[in-house]
Amino acid sequence: MKAVVLGGTTGMGRAIAQQLAARGDSVFLMGIGDDDLAKSAADLKSRHPKGTDSGYAVCDLEKPDTFAKALDVADAALGDFDAVIVTAALFATQDALEADIVLAQRLVTVNYANTVVFCEHARKRLLERGGGHLTVFSSVAGDRGRKPQIIYGSSKAGLSIYLEALDHKFHEKGLNVLCVKPGFVKTGMTAGLKPPPFAGEPDQVARDVISAMDRKKALIYTPGMWALVMLVIRFLPRFIMRKIGF
Amino acid sequence: MSKQATVPMLTGWGRIPVEGTELVSENLEKATHGAVLSRGLGRSYGDSSLPARKSDKIVGTRLANRILSFDATSGRLRAEAGLSLVEINRLFMPRGYFSPVTPGTKYVTLGGMVASDVHGKNHHVEGCFGEHVSALKIRLADDSVVECTKTENPDLFWGSVGGMGLLGHILEVEVTLHKIASPWIWLDSARMPDIDTFLTGLNEAAPRWPMTMGWIDCLATGSSMGRGILMAGRWATPEEAASAPPKDGPQITFPIDLPNWALNPVTATLFNSLYYWRHLPRHLETIVGPEPFFYPLDAILEWNRAYGSRGFTQYQCVIPRAAGAPAVREFMFLLTKLGGASPLCVIKDCGPEGSGVLSFPLEGTSIAIDMAVSPDLQNIVDRLNEFVIATGGRIYLTKDRFTRSEHFAAMEPRLPRFLALREKWDPKRKLRSAQSVRLFGDRA
Repeated sequence: MKAVVLGGTTGMGRAIAQQLAARGDSVFLMGIGDDDLAKSAADLKSRHPKGTDSGYAVCDLEKPDTFAKALDVADAALGDFDAVIVTAALFATQDALEADIVLAQRLVTVNYANTVVFCEHARKRLLERGGGHLTVFSSVAGDRGRKPQIIYGSSKAGLSIYLEALDHKFHEKGLNVLCVKPGFVKTGMTAGLKPPPFAGEPDQVARDVISAMDRKKALIYTPGMWALVMLVIRFLPRFIMRKIGF
Repeated sequence: MSKQATVPMLTGWGRIPVEGTELVSENLEKATHGAVLSRGLGRSYGDSSLPARKSDKIVGTRLANRILSFDATSGRLRAEAGLSLVEINRLFMPRGYFSPVTPGTKYVTLGGMVASDVHGKNHHVEGCFGEHVSALKIRLADDSVVECTKTENPDLFWGSVGGMGLLGHILEVEVTLHKIASPWIWLDSARMPDIDTFLTGLNEAAPRWPMTMGWIDCLATGSSMGRGILMAGRWATPEEAASAPPKDGPQITFPIDLPNWALNPVTATLFNSLYYWRHLPRHLETIVGPEPFFYPLDAILEWNRAYGSRGFTQYQCVIPRAAGAPAVREFMFLLTKLGGASPLCVIKDCGPEGSGVLSFPLEGTSIAIDMAVSPDLQNIVDRLNEFVIATGGRIYLTKDRFTRSEHFAAMEPRLPRFLALREKWDPKRKLRSAQSVRLFGDRA
């Protein structure tokens, strides 16, 4: 696999990049912070005996004008990538988003509008070369409107629908769109929040995602238990959702 | 996620919780700013990785796991402090390298291995982990970041090796991995009918084997007191080893907290007898994988739940060679008399004391016993500590939760040296843990 990982320096993106590199796949990193990208690239190189430099480029989901250029650099470095993995996103608690409307605007812009724009760039390139993997992190938060994640959840709901429809339209053309819905995962993003039951670790999520890519699945909940949790939550009637706190 | 009414807690491996939270971050340089303690995977048994008070800023390092460089010729590895030994084994064992020293679990971070100056089955040959470390990057209490080596800031280097994270936050570690002949172990194991045979056996094995240790049935009494199984090993040669690399066994997670009564003297005695007699031949030579040899307990994740909600501790001490076999025999006698012991009891021959200022091992016999929390536990630890002090031995801080400060001072002649280092590098005593409050009198 020749994979681009947007968000590959931290959290679940880092774990995916590390595991792909360890099994010998080529990985091109995208993210913010030149130093950080360089350190992560060195890390990936050390994880395989044949360790090759596959490079990195600055790509900021807040700056859509960086997308095409970064993908050009990735294509040049990898020689036409065949997988694009997007784990980057913004996260904030509902309290923080209600208190700061500018932050709310940034978050919905990054998580929905700009992520869709990035995916459009990536999808077109992949389709031109006959297909490949487009793996994008949405969230269980996008499965049902819930009090603690009104704004973040809605940004992910939009993204999930986009990815689902992409799969419907382009699956036959060889584009494997994978929508990843992580439950609570213990990363820097969720630092300070109390982990609920079934909280996952980045390494475990990375294993699940890579295996789902290998099997060309279109949707995955990870850790797997969240598929069941969300199944129940999706069917709770409105009068209950109004009463409960989650 | 939802707001939860319960108070956030942190615990060590012994599952005795205190109030507090850890801030996990990939970026240790940013996260440790203003922090009072770093913790890795939380495998130290006692309170050395726990906050002194709930508002203390504790940094969880496990996400800071990048390899910064690896030189295949020398085996020299530099990495961020949160890189785990599991990951090092997974990446480097197939390439023919192994950590120069490994503790009995692979679920530890590089930073934790330095802060505890861990030892392993090869201590009598290779010393502790710190001996193989060539450089550390440390955030000091004044928030500056320094590099230290055996020649650059050597006092900070050797104070941090085994210093329980109290001189500074370990950000990066440089260590030299060893080349191994194959990923298999040649294991020589033998049943030992009593403590005297056991000690003689350990003594005779030490010069012949690079790795030795033993499991003791510390519930057996009378003429069987101290019986157990002695294990000696070395890396197998490519000719002896199987051609394929060892397969990972099934990974089981301990499903529930056992009720507190489940592990009691009757079930523990039963388990020990079965374990002892499972080794039917008196003497056995086999080829085994590194997993069952180094990490038998890692096969069951969260095995600490077997002790139930009451929690447990591990008492680990070393009795100096000078005190001789009679002291070890007497220790075993005292232990069986006081009770409280569980199936896990490990004995090991240690080599000479290392250079880490508070590093645990010294030349002699180390004994480690798990003990469930009970109303008697403080008394048992006190009595054992008094005995150990009389022999000139000491305890291992990484396991400790119950030692009294006066006992620690009495068994640790190097303590003034360590306190002087704290005075130099952290005069305001910003860095602290629940353990440093208990043993060094830091303010809570």
